[in-house]
Amino acid sequence: MEEKVIEARNLMKSFGDLDVLKGVDLDLLKGENLVVLGKSGSGKSVLIKIMVGLLKQDSGAMRVLGKDVANLGVKELNKLRLKIGFSFQNSALYDSMTVKENLEFPLVRNIKNLSRKEKDKKIEGLLDSVGLPQSINQMPSELSGGQKKRIGVARTLILEPEIMLYDEPTAGLDPITCMDINNLIVQVREEYNTSSIVITHDLTCAKVTGDRQAVLLDGQFDAVGTFEEVFPHAEDKRIKSFYDYNFINS
Amino acid sequence: MTEKAEDRKPLLSKKIDKFFTGLADAWNFVRRFFKEVFIPPYEFKEVVHQCYRIGVESLPLIALTGFIVGIVFTNQSRPSLSEFGATSWLPSLISIAVVRAMGPLVTALIAAGKVGSSIGAEIGSMKVTEQIDAMEVSATNPFKFLVVTRVLATTFMIPVLVMFTDFVALMGSFLSVNANENVSMLTFFIQVFDAISFLDIISSVLKALLFGFTIGIVGCYKGYNSSKGTEGVGRAANAAVVMAMFLIFIEELLVLQIVNAIRMM
Repeated sequence: MEEKVIEARNLMKSFGDLDVLKGVDLDLLKGENLVVLGKSGSGKSVLIKIMVGLLKQDSGAMRVLGKDVANLGVKELNKLRLKIGFSFQNSALYDSMTVKENLEFPLVRNIKNLSRKEKDKKIEGLLDSVGLPQSINQMPSELSGGQKKRIGVARTLILEPEIMLYDEPTAGLDPITCMDINNLIVQVREEYNTSSIVITHDLTCAKVTGDRQAVLLDGQFDAVGTFEEVFPHAEDKRIKSFYDYNFINS
Repeated sequence: MTEKAEDRKPLLSKKIDKFFTGLADAWNFVRRFFKEVFIPPYEFKEVVHQCYRIGVESLPLIALTGFIVGIVFTNQSRPSLSEFGATSWLPSLISIAVVRAMGPLVTALIAAGKVGSSIGAEIGSMKVTEQIDAMEVSATNPFKFLVVTRVLATTFMIPVLVMFTDFVALMGSFLSVNANENVSMLTFFIQVFDAISFLDIISSVLKALLFGFTIGIVGCYKGYNSSKGTEGVGRAANAAVVMAMFLIFIEELLVLQIVNAIRMM
């Protein structure tokens, strides 16, 4: 039986009168890339924010690496967070820090006994692997959207997480840069042996990066399976229209 | 009429609710500051960095303002005193005015505009661009790293800036007195220190600590609770200045009553 690194059971979350998640069940298996698709506002980002404890579910259970996230104390939650890399939609780079300082920030705060040389080596290695060694001393404001995403991914990888969560990795990028980011997601899984959840509404990204697809509709997962199982022959009109309106069909 | 009154009632009720909810939020924010400030890990390096930003970078503006205040206040007071042939009292008058009230007040108002708005905008922008969330998921306590350090820095640096303003304002005043009344620096400063008491200096420093805390906590609170994108950041910066200035005037009034009561004892 394959090991589950994330398990969500009957997850519910509302904001005021708006029910966003209405009983979500989800498993992420070790070593797989799971893509969560859905329209804007369907609760995709809410789901991964619950996984890292940024939001708390109203009811249901969320277990990450065997820990019940909602019931963890601050110290245990922080310990768990070090095993999860979260790549934000807008990269969320600290704009008062250089690229190097951005990468160094999680490192110096969580690993105390690293020498200057070891830190530099780690940072340079990561910048090489995301293809941006020349940006080390740049400020985030000097980077393009795609470069920011890459640095954001590099910053999450610096603590060598077991799980990667990508929130809309290709949003707002041109098609060529999108392809670069998609390839980076695949490369990260291969190089760092991570299990990942990719939140997107971009079907190209879903097809390239995902082993399995899960479509979030009306607060629940409507279809889960490989890309071929879920999309080309979908009977549900909402999933079909999702497929038809994407470039992948043209 | 009755219908209109009924229509208004929920709105008024909502506004009252919002006011008290805001008050409770602010209170919880202050309580959280006092809780987090004593719990390790301590962010000494960041406190020093913020002290540098708040203190050193505000120095030119504070110095210029203090200098102008000293000259203007001296020149404005001279005609009234000269009517009674009492221009020799100028150093004492300026000393009392600057040390007791103008120094702390001018410094705090300038700092509220410069530092308070910058803290509100910086933290607000970090909030809306998810940088605070990013800090949290990398196992760093953003409240401690962003809020506690900034509030400590403003609380420590405003008294230092006030002392600097006092000195620069008195130097401005001395230049004016020296040019018009031909008083030496030694005589001027002997009169200055004769006029003020230990209580004046202590109350000025304590008031500056309070103003510094207010500027920091209001800027951080407004920034930390900002929303609605860039518009929210602008609002946070603006509200940080307005609220801090308003509170500074109220605190000035309260401290004045307390110090006067002590003086009478």
